[in-house]
Amino acid sequence: MSTGLLFALVGAALFPMGVAGLLVQRHLLRRILAFNLMGSGAFLILVGLAQRQDVADPVPQAMVLTGIVVAVAATALALALTRRLYALTGRLELPDVEHD
Amino acid sequence: MKKIAIQLAALVFALVLGSAMLDLDPAPVDLRPAVAAHLEASGVAHPVTAVLLNYRGYDTLLEVAVLLLALFAILAVIPDSQTGRPTPAAPVLQTLARLAVPLMLVTATFLLWAGAFRPGGAFQAGSVLAAALVLLHLTGLLAGWPQPGARLRWGLAAGFLVFLAVAAALLLQGHLLQYPPAWAGLLILCIEFALTLSLGLLLAGLFLFLSRDTEGAP
Amino acid sequence: MSAALAFDLLLAAGLLWSAWQSLSSARLDRAILLFITFGLLLTLAWARLSAPDIGLAEAAIGAGLTGALLLDAYRALKQGSDAQVNR
Repeated sequence: MSTGLLFALVGAALFPMGVAGLLVQRHLLRRILAFNLMGSGAFLILVGLAQRQDVADPVPQAMVLTGIVVAVAATALALALTRRLYALTGRLELPDVEHD
Repeated sequence: MKKIAIQLAALVFALVLGSAMLDLDPAPVDLRPAVAAHLEASGVAHPVTAVLLNYRGYDTLLEVAVLLLALFAILAVIPDSQTGRPTPAAPVLQTLARLAVPLMLVTATFLLWAGAFRPGGAFQAGSVLAAALVLLHLTGLLAGWPQPGARLRWGLAAGFLVFLAVAAALLLQGHLLQYPPAWAGLLILCIEFALTLSLGLLLAGLFLFLSRDTEGAP
Repeated sequence: MSAALAFDLLLAAGLLWSAWQSLSSARLDRAILLFITFGLLLTLAWARLSAPDIGLAEAAIGAGLTGALLLDAYRALKQGSDAQVNR
């Protein structure tokens, strides 16, 4: 198995792990962590799958570089919203809308 | 119950995704030869930098806009508060930070210069610059930022504005972000320089604006 | 089994372990530290994928800046909840 395919498979495990974390966890900081793990999984799939023959491909690499910077911006914005929610309501969880 | 269902669904999703990858045929499109063939005309010798700032410069332009927007949103969300200097760290730590920051500036400059022909470039240089600012803040040598003043605003926007100006000037020639080969190297260097400065300030700003709301509080 | 493949498998196991632990750890500070560990292991993975550009960015931004942001938010939220308890 090539290195690229191996890490693409790791990404394929990380992404659902992050999705499950995002849905199961209640604490907002934990949800932000899970969201970041999802992103890392997607990046690994993008680069790993393109490099299945273990030849470096600059196009997905540049895309992922862009993605990492956007991910940190999204994380910072999410943290700002979380801190604001906490300052206003004292809660660290989103309220339940429906009760099932 | 709901938890277990979600975890089971995620497991099934992972297995399907993984097995689909193992079955996948080789990609019908391979961009590597195209990237290599036009590297000569791109103005830089490192393929990743060429993709970022020349072939797919459009993405990078919008990315800087996204970063700027995220910072605007953060500034709008966080409350106005008195910003105080964080508790100063131990003198040894402060001395180490004073020693490390000039070295980090040198590293950032090197990365910026190296991006033209080897791994490195505006993103990496900008993040080292941001790390230096965050380090100064954490050791108590730099106060958290209040609402940005005029100079800081220009610094934050410089990368986007220079990039946009170059794109607009090139649009007059008929194509968006299609550099003339003779000018490509110089234009990319100008954009990268402004981008490094702005990315450093933007990324540091994500931290310095956010961390100010707890300082000064008992 | 070659040494390179063994290293890759070890790295993959480390990535999955640290990701799982950072999701399931009972303590939030431990979860954040494990996430930073995950970021640093991911840097090694990018090096193995011959993507040094991403490795540099991941180490500085993914592990460093994101980790610092999360720890800072954790500290701020913890301070707030301590103040509430003491009140």
